[in-house]
Amino acid sequence: MEDKRQWPLFEVFIRARGGLDHKHVGSLHAADPAMALDHARDLYTRRQEGVSIWVVPSKAIIASDPAETDSLFEPARDKIYRHPTFYEIPDEVKTL
Amino acid sequence: MNTGATEAQAHEAEAQALFRYVLRLGDLSLVLGQRLGEWVGHSPALEEDLGLANIALDLIGQARLLLKLAGEVEGRGRDEDQLAYLREQGAYFNAILAEQPNGDFGQTMVRQVLIDAFQLELYERMTGSADARLAAIAAKSVKEVRYHLRYSSGWLVRLGDGTPESHVRVQTALDLLWPYTVELFAEDDLDRAMADSGIAPRLSEVHAAWIKRIESILAESTLTRPADRPHAWHGKRGQHSEHLGYILAEMQYLQRTYPDARW
Repeated sequence: MEDKRQWPLFEVFIRARGGLDHKHVGSLHAADPAMALDHARDLYTRRQEGVSIWVVPSKAIIASDPAETDSLFEPARDKIYRHPTFYEIPDEVKTL
Repeated sequence: MNTGATEAQAHEAEAQALFRYVLRLGDLSLVLGQRLGEWVGHSPALEEDLGLANIALDLIGQARLLLKLAGEVEGRGRDEDQLAYLREQGAYFNAILAEQPNGDFGQTMVRQVLIDAFQLELYERMTGSADARLAAIAAKSVKEVRYHLRYSSGWLVRLGDGTPESHVRVQTALDLLWPYTVELFAEDDLDRAMADSGIAPRLSEVHAAWIKRIESILAESTLTRPADRPHAWHGKRGQHSEHLGYILAEMQYLQRTYPDARW
C-alpha cells in the first residue's frame, strides 16, 4: 500500500563525465518526475558530481530477493574458469 | 572653473550613478537570498530545504560579486562585506518586493517566480552591457537564474493547478505581491541614464518580456493576473517597508556585535 502522506520515492542515477555510465547515487522523494529531476540536481550535483541525471520511480525497479541470494549467486562461486585469468597478456597491453 | 575640474566632477557623478545602480542589483539578490535562507530547517520537505538553500546561496554569490564591483566603482575602499553588513537601511536600494515576508511556501514561490523572471530577462540582456564587469556577472548569473525560475515556476504550476486549497493560497499570495512588481519596472532617472549609456537594458523592454513570460506561467498555473496599480514604493531610492529593518537586524547582528570578526 502506498503511503499517501509522503511523496513517491525515486532512485537517482548520475553520469559523472561524458563516456561514463550512469551510477546509482541514492534516492529522494518528489511529487512528480519533473520535481524529482530538480531535487536530484539540488541534492546530488551540488559539488559538480555529474553532467547527466536519470531519475526512476523506485517502484519501477524489480529487485532480486535477498532470501534467494544463495540460489542466485552461490553457484557462480566455484566456476573460476569464467574469469579469463588463464591468458598470457603481452607487456605492450597496458590497460585491460 | 577649468575643464579639468569639470571633467573630474562629471566622472565622479558617473561613478556615483553606477555605484547606486549596481547596489540596486546586488541588494535585490542579497535581500532575497537572506529571506530564502529563513526557510532552512523549516521547509515542507528535506529536498526543498536543500533546493531553497541552493538558490539562496546562488543569490548571495551574485550579491557578493555585485557588491564587490560596487565597492570598486565607489573607490572609497569598501569591500563587499562592509557594504553588506555595515550599511543602514536607507542605503539599501533593492525593490521592496524582495523584502516581503515568506508567508507560506506558496507565497515564497510566488515572490520567487516574480523576481526570478525579472532577473532572467534583465541579465539575459545585460550580458551585452557596455560595462564588461557587469556583462561578466550577468553571464554567470543568468545560468543560475534560469534554474531558479524553472524551480519556482514548477512549484507555481503544481500549486496553482493543484488542490482547491493550494490554488486559493497562491492566488491570494499573487494578489498580495503583484502591486510590488510595478516598482521593478518603474524607470527613474538612474535607470534611464544606465540604459542611455548602454550599461543596462531599457526597463520597458525588460517589462515587455517579463509580462509575456509571467502570463504564460500564470496561464499554466490557472492563476489570474491581478490588475496593475500605481505604486507607492521606493525601495530603489532607499525608502523601505518595515520588513527590511528586521532582516538587516538579523543579517548584520554578528558583524555589528563583533566588528571585523573572521572565521
